[in-house]
Amino acid sequence: MDELLELLEENGRASVDELAATLEMDEDEVIEKIRDYEENGVIKGYKTVINKNALREEQSTPVTSLIEVNITPQPDTGFDEIAREIYDHPEVKSCYLCSGDYDLLLRVEAENLNEVAEFVARELAPCQNVHETESHFLLKSYKEDGINFKSSTPDHRLTISP
Amino acid sequence: MTEISNVVDGLKPSGIRDFFDLVMSMDDVISLGVGEPDFETPWHIREAAIQSIEDGFTNYTSNKGMPELRESLATHLEAEHSLDYDPEDEMLITTGVSEGMDLAMRALINPGDEVIIPTPCYVSYNPTAKMAGGRVKNLNTEPDNFQLDPRKLEEKITDNTKILVLNYPANPTGATLDEQTLVEIGRLVREHDLIAISDEIYSHLTYEGEHVPLPTLKGLRERTVFLNGFSKSCAMTGMRIAYAAGPEKIISAMNKIHQYTMLCAPTTSQFAAVEATRHGAREIESMKGEYKRRRNLVHNRLNEMGLDCPLPEGAFYAFPSIEATGMEPDEFCRQLLTEEKVAAVPGTAFGPGGEKHIRISYATGFKLLRKAMDKMESFLRDQTPIEPDQAREGQPS
Repeated sequence: MDELLELLEENGRASVDELAATLEMDEDEVIEKIRDYEENGVIKGYKTVINKNALREEQSTPVTSLIEVNITPQPDTGFDEIAREIYDHPEVKSCYLCSGDYDLLLRVEAENLNEVAEFVARELAPCQNVHETESHFLLKSYKEDGINFKSSTPDHRLTISP
Repeated sequence: MTEISNVVDGLKPSGIRDFFDLVMSMDDVISLGVGEPDFETPWHIREAAIQSIEDGFTNYTSNKGMPELRESLATHLEAEHSLDYDPEDEMLITTGVSEGMDLAMRALINPGDEVIIPTPCYVSYNPTAKMAGGRVKNLNTEPDNFQLDPRKLEEKITDNTKILVLNYPANPTGATLDEQTLVEIGRLVREHDLIAISDEIYSHLTYEGEHVPLPTLKGLRERTVFLNGFSKSCAMTGMRIAYAAGPEKIISAMNKIHQYTMLCAPTTSQFAAVEATRHGAREIESMKGEYKRRRNLVHNRLNEMGLDCPLPEGAFYAFPSIEATGMEPDEFCRQLLTEEKVAAVPGTAFGPGGEKHIRISYATGFKLLRKAMDKMESFLRDQTPIEPDQAREGQPS
């Protein structure tokens, strides 16, 4: 992968001048390259990684569930059409087609446990081509998108060494 | 009667001792003063060390080091640099490059022999040469942008000169030498019948062009003690493991001292080094990529804030000039530490040529490095009402 993309994947807020200096490029070149990536759909967006465990108590903590879904592929469209029906629901934050025991893996987020249950019972399970679901509620996040949620490992090095 | 020998009594204490004590007394310091990688030793290397202990390999090895380690190093040198060393007679496993440097000096120096050491340099070279009875002749490379000028080197050479110490990529300056300069230096070494001790511990961290090991140059293999290891490239400094390669006669003399003082390098670390030699290449490349990004960031930011800094081409240090601030390095580092909690090492710790400089290590994560640069910039703003452009004027170019 392009180094510019690697840096942006690590830190979506990296400034243009810093990216330019780090990659030994002109700032204009960086701006243009980012625009190209955005226009041709390589860069799909910029988001913030939030450690929800760390939210204060007065803020409600959303509930996340990973849901395995078995579906029946269709003659013309395979899995794609059914997947679209499912991922169009706003509760579905991610949707992947997987190899293995199930076909789709969803990451579903809702305000509370009930809402997730509602989604499965009312939206997902009744779908014509969905014949099995299995939900796993997340209890704790240790790491997300390369970011460690525990404070970083301690630095054992001497502060000054020759 | 004083109990301490005259030689040791005459050694200057390490230039950073007081500063070190001050840093240690403070909390939450961002340190740019660390001379070792911030990466963890790759897990498969640590695992090899643990496995060797579980298998009960906690005995001495041969003085020269485990045969499989010497053999895998010889294979690695042959594959990477077409360097042909006999693992039996021309290689020695040492407890860090520091031991290798000490052994080489003691094996080669007769009282009064002159040792040319370009400066600023790693803190151990001058004392090690002196302890071996040598007369140290420093060659200040600061006026030449830390490049070793062959003409100036030739001026330093006398009939008593026996050894030239080289360390490229260099600690503390990050300087490397281009091949043409190396060839010139090699010619001088041959013509004046010198021996080069070449500490190439940062060889894997060369960012511009390919690293050229000294013994690959014409006629230099027979005149070079080549020192290298994996401490820096595989982030295993505390394992204290390195190697020396050179002509049989010198290696055998070094081994004589080694067998009486060290006996052998730590066995556990030798097992780790076998793994690093055979399977460390991938990690070395990825760490190198990360260091290069950081170097670019630091180099750019330092120059932007008015601290003149040539592009470091290797290692993980930048050595900017602080002349524009009108402060001495010790004072600068002390104030930077107390006001902004950022630690850097005063250039004076590294011998002649460091009087107007500080050493910045970028062996620190990108985020923290950026924060440290912000703090340095705000420190400079408070200290010196000098515009960056003005600051750059009046600098030696």
